[in-house]
Amino acid sequence: MKCTTEGIAGFGCDPWWLIGGKALVIFVFLVLTVLLSMWVERRVIGRMQLRIGPNRCGPFGLLQGLADGVKLALKEDIVPAGVDKVVFWLAPVVSAVPAFISFIIIPFGPTVSIFGHQTQLQGTDLPVAVLLVLAMSSMGIYGIVLAGWSSMSPYSLLGGLRSSAQMISYEIAMSLSFVAVFMFAGSMSTSQIVAGQQHIWYGVLLLPSFLIYIITMMGESNRIPFDLPEGEGELVGGFHTEYSSLKFAMFFLAEYINLATLSALATTLFLGGWHAPPPITTIWAGANSGWWPVLWFLIKIWAFIFFFIWLRGSLPRVRYDQLMKLGWKVLMPISLGWILLVATIRTASREGLNQTQLLIYGGITIAVVLVGSFAWDLVATSGRQVDPYAEPERATAAEPAQGGFPVPPLDLPHYHGVLPETAARKEVSSGTH
Amino acid sequence: MDLYIPIIVLGVLAFGFAGFSVVMGALSGPKRWNKAKLEAYECGIEPTPQPVGGGRFPVKYYLTAMLFIVFDIEIIFLYPWAVAFNRFAGWFGLIEMVLFIATVLVAYAYIWRRGGLEWD
Amino acid sequence: MTTLDVVFVLLGVVAVGAAVLVVTTRQLVHAALWLVVSFGALAGGYLMLTAEFVAWVQVLIYVGAVVVLLLFGIMLTRAPIGRSADLDSGNRWAALAVALATAGVLVTVLVRGFRTAYAPLDVAGQGAAKPLGESVFRIWVLPFEVLSVLLLAALVGAIVLSRREI
Repeated sequence: MKCTTEGIAGFGCDPWWLIGGKALVIFVFLVLTVLLSMWVERRVIGRMQLRIGPNRCGPFGLLQGLADGVKLALKEDIVPAGVDKVVFWLAPVVSAVPAFISFIIIPFGPTVSIFGHQTQLQGTDLPVAVLLVLAMSSMGIYGIVLAGWSSMSPYSLLGGLRSSAQMISYEIAMSLSFVAVFMFAGSMSTSQIVAGQQHIWYGVLLLPSFLIYIITMMGESNRIPFDLPEGEGELVGGFHTEYSSLKFAMFFLAEYINLATLSALATTLFLGGWHAPPPITTIWAGANSGWWPVLWFLIKIWAFIFFFIWLRGSLPRVRYDQLMKLGWKVLMPISLGWILLVATIRTASREGLNQTQLLIYGGITIAVVLVGSFAWDLVATSGRQVDPYAEPERATAAEPAQGGFPVPPLDLPHYHGVLPETAARKEVSSGTH
Repeated sequence: MDLYIPIIVLGVLAFGFAGFSVVMGALSGPKRWNKAKLEAYECGIEPTPQPVGGGRFPVKYYLTAMLFIVFDIEIIFLYPWAVAFNRFAGWFGLIEMVLFIATVLVAYAYIWRRGGLEWD
Repeated sequence: MTTLDVVFVLLGVVAVGAAVLVVTTRQLVHAALWLVVSFGALAGGYLMLTAEFVAWVQVLIYVGAVVVLLLFGIMLTRAPIGRSADLDSGNRWAALAVALATAGVLVTVLVRGFRTAYAPLDVAGQGAAKPLGESVFRIWVLPFEVLSVLLLAALVGAIVLSRREI
């Protein structure tokens, strides 16, 4: 299996039909996963809310996603006046395409034989595969920023800015949670990371990294509890307010594919990829060969997707400043501290410090840090006592806005809608068909 | 370079699908022109007029993007370090990265104290 | 001229063409988007030279962070949709002359200095993270530490620029 040109064994030597076939299979898999996860989400959330969920289109409502897609395709494509046409049309495409590309390096299984060719069940593998996923995630942010800006609406712009600010904040913490995994695996290539998890999964070994990754997964994909930029009550629809028909569908497609990609990345990096869970391998030695690992992989991905949906059904939405505070002030320092701790322990064990000395030193350091932070907290907040019976400062001016309640500017001339005449078009008044 | 061919193939496939969908969506829908559809949506009321150029937006978004760049650069140094970590001998590899992270943490503490991480 | 050479030259043409469009387009956000194309072509060029890690870092940092920063800056201050009349400062011929002169100087210096320097590109996997880590963190440690001071300066500058009060 040495055939390679770039240093990753077993890749780079597929015949053209196999390359095309793998790309097509990944594409179809993603579209099916999106349709299925839409159905699962609506049914599961329905059950969590003690109702049934869609059950009309097809058996058990399975064709609901398809029906929604066809409905969106047949809707009128509304383009507001004054938008930047090129960017408006480009944004959904820029949002959707990187989401698809991220999946090319996800390992579905080990080497199998397809029509006589030995090949890995993976599109391709790069020595820097995980960096590809991060780069594509950064490209996806573009779609949101451009969509928000080109819609000519201040709410879209604000929604787009907020959404992208949230995504870039959580991308830092997410990238940091991978560092410990790379330290253990010795490589950034997904197949080698999966191979390194033969004996113990990194999610168990590096539990804080795993937990941080789970939290940042939510923030990165704009899902509840972190979906304020999309909250309907807040900014209408956020960055996709002005989009309709299949352009809107592209954004949702991108969001669900992002979900699948993040779940697949979690599976690959933390849950052992396509390895069977340990209890199974002890009784059935063949669980990790042939096509069976695809089953374990799918089970793990769907476990994550179900977890996403479960959180959506259970948690309230987090306020935006709390969200940013969590990303910048909590997750990032903890990630950095954990990375340094892991590095120190590995260096110490490599340099021959024995375990008891290590535990003693490590314990002392952690105790000092904890006591120090408690003490600092006590000292820093002792000076600021809040008097609970003091009257809050009242606004005295007569202006309505100073009562604290948001009031739109009252002295602006009201727009009564005179647009440049588009001569040859007849206006259809709303309400008639 | 052969490792990148599947990426290009999938990219072309995805681009074709997305482009085709967007164009088809535009073609396969009714076109009933209504003046209200041309304006920005503001929950049904007529949109509040905005100042020229979109008005002023808070500067904290810019600061967040700036912070993102600097910490992203730190992360891309952490990646080769983590991957090559097992090949370092002695404590040197750890100490140099601790110095690097300490310097960036000084900057982080400065930003924290100056309120750059507050989001009101 | 192998296929890789042809693709490399094409990527260079795309990078230069997109850069020209950055400075000649009348719409501000379009200029940022052409900058993205230019950076993407540069990343492709890095890939052709087997510097994989640098290529993806170029996409991640330049395309994914720097141009996003530029876009935020544009959108936060003035984000006109459509042509901006005041983007053209009237110096385009002087600017063209200076740009061509600078390009000439740089190309001449590079060609005369490095015409006979060649690096082997057929070593597999040389551009990945591990060889890079081994060389940066064992040999080029001082520039790496100085870089941390640079990042410190950048962050302090960012705060000063946005003038947050304590």
